[in-house]
Amino acid sequence: MQKFTKLTSTVVPLPIENVDTDQIIPARFLKATTRDGFGNNLFADWRYEKSGEPKKDFVLNNPLYSGQILVAGKNFGSGSSREHAAWAIAGYGFKVVVSSFFADIFRNNALNNGILPVIISPEFLAGIFTSIGEDPKTTLTVNLEAQTITDNKTGKSESFKINSYKKTCLLNGLDDIDFLLSNKNKIESYEKQRVFAY
Amino acid sequence: MTSESENKTAKTLFDKIWDAHVVTSVQDGPTQLYIDRHLCHEVTSPQAFAGLRKRGLNVFRPQQTTLTADHNIPTMNQDRPIRDEVSRFQVDTLAKNAADFGLTYYGLGHPKNGIVHVVGPENGYTQPGMTIVCGDSHTSTHGAFGAIAFGIGTSEVEMVLASQCILQTRPKTMRIHFEGKLQDGVGAKDIALYMISQLTTGGATGYFVEYSGSVIRGLSMEERMTLCNLSIEMGARGGLIAPDDTTFNYVKGREFAPKGERWEAALAYWKTLKTDEGANFDKEVHFDCALIKPMITYGTNPGMGMSINGSIPALKDIDEAGKKSFEKSLQYMGFSAGEKLEGKPIDYVFVGSCTNGRIEDFRAFANFVKGKRKADRVTVWLVPGSWQVRKQIEAEGIDKILEEAGFELRQPGCSACLAMNDDKVPAGKYAVSTSNRNFEGRQGPGARTILAGPLVAAAAAVTGKITDPRAF
Repeated sequence: MQKFTKLTSTVVPLPIENVDTDQIIPARFLKATTRDGFGNNLFADWRYEKSGEPKKDFVLNNPLYSGQILVAGKNFGSGSSREHAAWAIAGYGFKVVVSSFFADIFRNNALNNGILPVIISPEFLAGIFTSIGEDPKTTLTVNLEAQTITDNKTGKSESFKINSYKKTCLLNGLDDIDFLLSNKNKIESYEKQRVFAY
Repeated sequence: MTSESENKTAKTLFDKIWDAHVVTSVQDGPTQLYIDRHLCHEVTSPQAFAGLRKRGLNVFRPQQTTLTADHNIPTMNQDRPIRDEVSRFQVDTLAKNAADFGLTYYGLGHPKNGIVHVVGPENGYTQPGMTIVCGDSHTSTHGAFGAIAFGIGTSEVEMVLASQCILQTRPKTMRIHFEGKLQDGVGAKDIALYMISQLTTGGATGYFVEYSGSVIRGLSMEERMTLCNLSIEMGARGGLIAPDDTTFNYVKGREFAPKGERWEAALAYWKTLKTDEGANFDKEVHFDCALIKPMITYGTNPGMGMSINGSIPALKDIDEAGKKSFEKSLQYMGFSAGEKLEGKPIDYVFVGSCTNGRIEDFRAFANFVKGKRKADRVTVWLVPGSWQVRKQIEAEGIDKILEEAGFELRQPGCSACLAMNDDKVPAGKYAVSTSNRNFEGRQGPGARTILAGPLVAAAAAVTGKITDPRAF
């Protein structure tokens, strides 16, 4: 997994609430057996006409907006557990997703793929959308070590929460399997003394 | 919605099961949770198996993982090779992974094949007190048995295959009480859609929910599965129901359920699995079920629901931040704010999925359409959740009733719930669907989904319109 420490980037705004993983990556693209290539189909049905032409009114096709940070309305990533949604976001080139809250499974999937979900207050989120509305080249700075996010247009910052284990994983590019495998003896001793063995 | 805190030693059902599965905890981090039962399907597992190969690992506890093909498979002519090459390759990959890693696999045509969340319970894999995971958000279904069951991503599938464990942050707990007398013609799907419409599609995010109250005690296992299945649609990590005689009677005698002395030991343990008096929940919610009518959805998330006789909310009643999403949603559906939907023509009806693809759903549908005729304008897909459900339909003669009313029964699979196979609703068409998601494009690009229970689906199938089943 790639390390994440600090990022300053322009932003892609998506002020829609409840963006579900079926929109992030529609089910018909889930037939792959590898993790590659999903970025091309990120938001496919919002992004492309049936003919495959880009839809002009969708933000990813708007040359005004680009960057490695996606900012979306509340409850981003709801619905299906498909990790393909995280692969599509990473594959497109996003490193951070900002929202006022995330669906649980998506948040785990993002963290397991080196994407940092940053949870901010609804007010700070509204402020970011305002800044981008006024200046599409607005940048945000996300500092994982300090757990802060800064709107560089207004200079306002907010701190965000992340549990220290996941923070360490991201800062060092470690994944959970390494950790779990190092605990094999604990798993075996658990199996010997558990309340009920199925 | 008040939170009562009291007895410090009293535990919730969730606490009891969670605490019994803690292998170790990371300081200021997640819990390493032991997983009793792991279910896998073809879509979310190939990259996990590839990861094991890359790391040179075996499956740590192969007897605790079961595989079935369901998402991609056709619902006709399953005896022939899958036509779509990419789907076929994915299903073949699952079969190869099962063989290479020594796992039980129910492939196409196997008598135990079916939707993963139907197969688990009906074969006795799903038992009270277990931790159950699957790379599928509707794993919450298994909570109906008093299990901690939740959906995971593919990286987590790999973790479970490699270590039989997963790292999880302990969720908050919520209890939802259902009291009052259910009206005739109102079922578990209506209860669930009502609950989600009240709490919203993200309203239980961060929580694990326990469903309780007299209404829950009166539900069959099939109905409890429908309710728990939809827990994820309000964002909950999962939903569970304390096991009782209804649960024990369902589990007893199933192939992989404990037998003999082990059954007695299991039963003694399972009877302790209930929330103690005075146990603390982070949130408590109460619903009066007498208020619930048959439900439908009008928008593009399952929280956008209303009674079948109701009206879509007016724009002025939507909060500012949500207005844009609300309007986008209605535009997709071709509906207007404030509009009533009863009497609207529809084009497709889909009965099936892990939400409503069980025997009771087909009994309810058949009971309604008996002696009536399918409306000519409607295409109807009746897709049993598994081969065992289909066999039961045939054993009860339900297939004959359906046939006489002009319906055809298909072969099992996830089918039009997520339209990964050929069962796609065309763009712009309306489908009354007993499945779980009305997201944009869920049933096919441009398809418009109206979620409902099997009775509303049956009424739509015979009238060709959105119809209150109680009017018959």
